[in-house]
Amino acid sequence: MRRIFGLVPLFLGITAISFLVVKLTPGKPVILQYALNPKVSLEQIRRLEKLEGLDQPLHIQYLNWLSNILRFNFGYSLADGRPVKEKILERLPITLGINLASLVLIILIAIPLGVKAALKAGGLFDNFTTVILFILFAAPSFWLALLLMQLFCIQLNLLPISGITSLDFEYFTLPQKIIDILRHLFLPVLVSALGGITGLSRYMRANMLEVLNQPYMLACRARGLPERVVIYKHALRNAILPIVTILGLSLPGLLGGSVIFESIFAIPGLGRLFFEAAMMRDINVIMAEVVLVSILTMLGNFLADIAYIYVDPRIRFNSKA
Amino acid sequence: MIGNKSLFLGAAIIIFFTFMALAAPFLTEYEPALIDGSNLLMPPSARHLLGTDSLGRDLASRIFYGARISLSIGILAVGVATVLGVFFGSLAAFYGGILDSLLMRLVDIMLCFPTFYLILGIAAITQPSVFNIVLIIGLTSWMQPARLIRSEILSLKEREFIQAAKAIGASNMRIILRHLLPNALGPVLVNATLGIGGAIMVESGLSFLGLGVQPPIPSWGNILMESKSTLGVAWWITVFPGLAILITILGFNFLAEGLKKKIG
Repeated sequence: MRRIFGLVPLFLGITAISFLVVKLTPGKPVILQYALNPKVSLEQIRRLEKLEGLDQPLHIQYLNWLSNILRFNFGYSLADGRPVKEKILERLPITLGINLASLVLIILIAIPLGVKAALKAGGLFDNFTTVILFILFAAPSFWLALLLMQLFCIQLNLLPISGITSLDFEYFTLPQKIIDILRHLFLPVLVSALGGITGLSRYMRANMLEVLNQPYMLACRARGLPERVVIYKHALRNAILPIVTILGLSLPGLLGGSVIFESIFAIPGLGRLFFEAAMMRDINVIMAEVVLVSILTMLGNFLADIAYIYVDPRIRFNSKA
Repeated sequence: MIGNKSLFLGAAIIIFFTFMALAAPFLTEYEPALIDGSNLLMPPSARHLLGTDSLGRDLASRIFYGARISLSIGILAVGVATVLGVFFGSLAAFYGGILDSLLMRLVDIMLCFPTFYLILGIAAITQPSVFNIVLIIGLTSWMQPARLIRSEILSLKEREFIQAAKAIGASNMRIILRHLLPNALGPVLVNATLGIGGAIMVESGLSFLGLGVQPPIPSWGNILMESKSTLGVAWWITVFPGLAILITILGFNFLAEGLKKKIG
């Protein structure tokens, strides 16, 4: 496929920009780490710079770094000296799991919501959801998280406040363990899904309205098809197609949100790792994560494009012509 | 009618908060950083309209002064992004060719970065200051306006009045500045209005994580950060700054909606 080759310059661009941004911003991280430490002499700093290859010209540094990345070698964390790869791999499943769960939640809630609103556009349900979603859309997710935490975890004492497992997790039976994890993840997943739900359901509503006004809807009804078939078979199927692309585009938002809600709920995922690295100026971890997350985004968009071609034959035919 | 209603509502909200920011010293008798050990964590009352925080500082005063920081960061950051976007977008569209494909590739690449990671990453390396935050948010959000202005100019470029301008020998600079941009700015303006809300959201997120505006300067985000330690004890510290953010962003969203109907 020609599209796969299109990803190569994109990949190079992503790595080049992350590299340049980190290198060109004023303030040298390695120096900063040790500059204030009286035990470290200037000579030692020079040696450290040499060790990290920081005395080489910029383009050589970039190529070295790039070839390391291609071999999945992200260097060592400045915070605890462990390989960055190890740190990321142990946290990746948690973040991916939560994001997938909220993606599923977004689809399950947003699509029915949008369809129902579109079917009786201007009706009571439509107006009500429009107002609620407009307000939710403007609310910062971390604020909602704080409010929900206050309500469910402190006032009602229904859910645990942070982490993903209880302290005595090891002694639980399997069903207890599952329930425990679910109870811990309920709020984080809900909060990270909220933003997507508002956007996607609005989008779904608009799509559905557009399809419902097409002449072929009238044709379906004229043929005497039952309303159920008209709406679910003919209208919904067409209206749902562009959603695939939107889901791909919502990836950066979801992953970016992880930083905030993982640090609120103290979830040991990629977002929290990134936050900790940012606080400690752990440059290797920061660069590795920026590159990793943008490549995930790139792949997400790519898959969405492919999926769209797959589900909508019209595009395939048009691009051939 | 509906367009005018949201335009009016949005403008009213924004004027209200701007007034609050500008008139902060006259609206409250308390300094935002004034620590008062005898009035810790007081609930809202006649003396402290919105209560006090864990250091006895007046919350209302902190929110009024916070409006200055949050609003100005939002507006300036979008200013930076819009100027950059308009510059790159119009260059790409007007000259086309290699310049266009290079610039649009750059836009594609920039859009791959989850903005918040990029912003946090840069914020972590640079010194956190209001100026840097404006710059960081601006430099990571010029892509949308660039795309908008490009597509507008691409369609305007073929119109007759541009050909006429060319025919009478107007310079490229003059065509772009006097003929193309004024006609292409509408959608960008709507986008910028929406963007201010977005930038305020990003700023508050950054400050909430401790990488944005640094205490003791109050911003809505860092008041919320401080509220984490009094969660369950002092609801007002969590509720009011969040409401301020929510209503301000609503205001900009309403305004954008109204503008869109008015222009488009």
